[in-house]
Amino acid sequence: MSAPALSLQGVSCTFVDRHDPAQRYTAVRDVTLTVGAGEFVSVVGPTGCGKSTLLNVAAGLLEPSSGTVEVFGAPLAGINARAGYMFQAESLMPWRTALANVMAGLEFRGLPDARERASEWLKRVGLAAFGGRYPHQLSGGMRKRTSLAQTLALDPDIILMDEPFSALDIQTRQLMENEVLALWAAKKKAVLFITHDLDEAIAMSDRVVVLSAGPASRPIGEFKVDLERPRDVAEVRATPRFVELHQAIWGVLRDEVLKGYQQQLAA
Amino acid sequence: MKFWNLIKPRPGNLRLWQLAVLVLVFGLWHVLTKPGLIPPFVFENERQAAFFFGEPLVIFGRVGDWFFSNADIYQHLWVTLVETVLAFGIGTALGLVFGLWLALSPMAAAILDPYIKAANSMPRVILAPIFAVWFGLGIASKVALGVTLVFFIVFFNVYQGVKEVSPVVLANARMLGASPRQLLRHVYLPSATSWVFSSLHTSVGLAFVGAVVGEYLGSSRGVGYLILQAEGAFDINTVMAGILVLTAFALALDAAVGRIEQRLMKWQPKSGETEKL
Repeated sequence: MSAPALSLQGVSCTFVDRHDPAQRYTAVRDVTLTVGAGEFVSVVGPTGCGKSTLLNVAAGLLEPSSGTVEVFGAPLAGINARAGYMFQAESLMPWRTALANVMAGLEFRGLPDARERASEWLKRVGLAAFGGRYPHQLSGGMRKRTSLAQTLALDPDIILMDEPFSALDIQTRQLMENEVLALWAAKKKAVLFITHDLDEAIAMSDRVVVLSAGPASRPIGEFKVDLERPRDVAEVRATPRFVELHQAIWGVLRDEVLKGYQQQLAA
Repeated sequence: MKFWNLIKPRPGNLRLWQLAVLVLVFGLWHVLTKPGLIPPFVFENERQAAFFFGEPLVIFGRVGDWFFSNADIYQHLWVTLVETVLAFGIGTALGLVFGLWLALSPMAAAILDPYIKAANSMPRVILAPIFAVWFGLGIASKVALGVTLVFFIVFFNVYQGVKEVSPVVLANARMLGASPRQLLRHVYLPSATSWVFSSLHTSVGLAFVGAVVGEYLGSSRGVGYLILQAEGAFDINTVMAGILVLTAFALALDAAVGRIEQRLMKWQPKSGETEKL
């Protein structure tokens, strides 16, 4: 068997307060997580459980306090060049048009046909007519689609997504989820998908990992999603198997959500 | 009442009302200073008001002479313009380079911090005589003064601009494979430029102040020089004419900057802007 696309072994991240070194916060502790090549893995957990921290570690933006990260069997040093990252917050460069934003990564790599490839991707996410617009002239959904094209245009082997659709309304969101699934099915990349929405996680992934409430979160459950593909995220929710899975995962997640909520109340 | 409704201030006749204010000011000025028009009530004789405040009609005549009959102001305006543009250009470039450098190397910024604060709080106009000694009475000393004024405005804005680059945009650019140089060129610089442009009106204004003050303190050409000459001869009308020309010139400069800004900053959202289809 070949090495997994992404492998986190015993990763812990402890943050130290810059002004008061005695103040420490351990976001995640001893997390072991692998994503196989072409596998779609979702991580769910209560708010503030360090989901984004894990993703930043996988992207190479954040160095773990302990533990190792391996990308296709090679230890990760610095930025993970084989990964594309779709952020939760607005990440487009506001001074570039939609087309120029999609072009950015190709341009950084010095590819001669950057413009053609970018406009092709823009067309694929349904924004061919909006290439000349600046991000502030686009709707939230369009900006997310531009981000998606920007990330996928580089054809990364691993795609990291941090609640990419959490800011969208439910209809746009389902459209985007189906689009992502279709694009994923065509290229079969490894995907690490972070979300707090269990429905979304089950509908999209091959495997769902549940994180415990922070601080010092760790995986406490792993579920294989054996729903048939191709799926439609709206329709799949009505199938009995989906409901079963949902109940099983929610049974694990619920206690953690309550725990996380209690902690936030106490703080 | 009907008449008032006709001329009541509204967006449509805004320009007319603005013009009316101008006419009113000059009208009052004329009435209060024209010798023999009304009996003097502050000064002892009827010529004194005109001596201290000038007379609008004479001032307009002087401006007309400058621009049309003698046409001798153009060389002075040209010198002042060149000084302003040079001071602005050099000051902006220096501010940009230093701002980027210090914002990206926190250690250097920490070491230089007190000196930057000191240099910024120093009344820099006082450097004008020193610059005159160093660079002579020509253009260079005025440009140097303007540069010291412009530099700090641009510097602080660039510094701020780099510090306030969205961490997400930065992380995204790094994930897209930007090298440190590409980050500088494609992320830090555009972000800093937006801050520079937000201060553009101030910095052009200060470049202009540097040029005129420099001329006023010692020069052989320029509008500031004209004013200085007239002042030496107690020619208040020419002084006022010079001030009028400078004001109009500054307004024109500001309008030009506004046009450039609109051109380059079209990616920035304006509040309340609607989609034009």
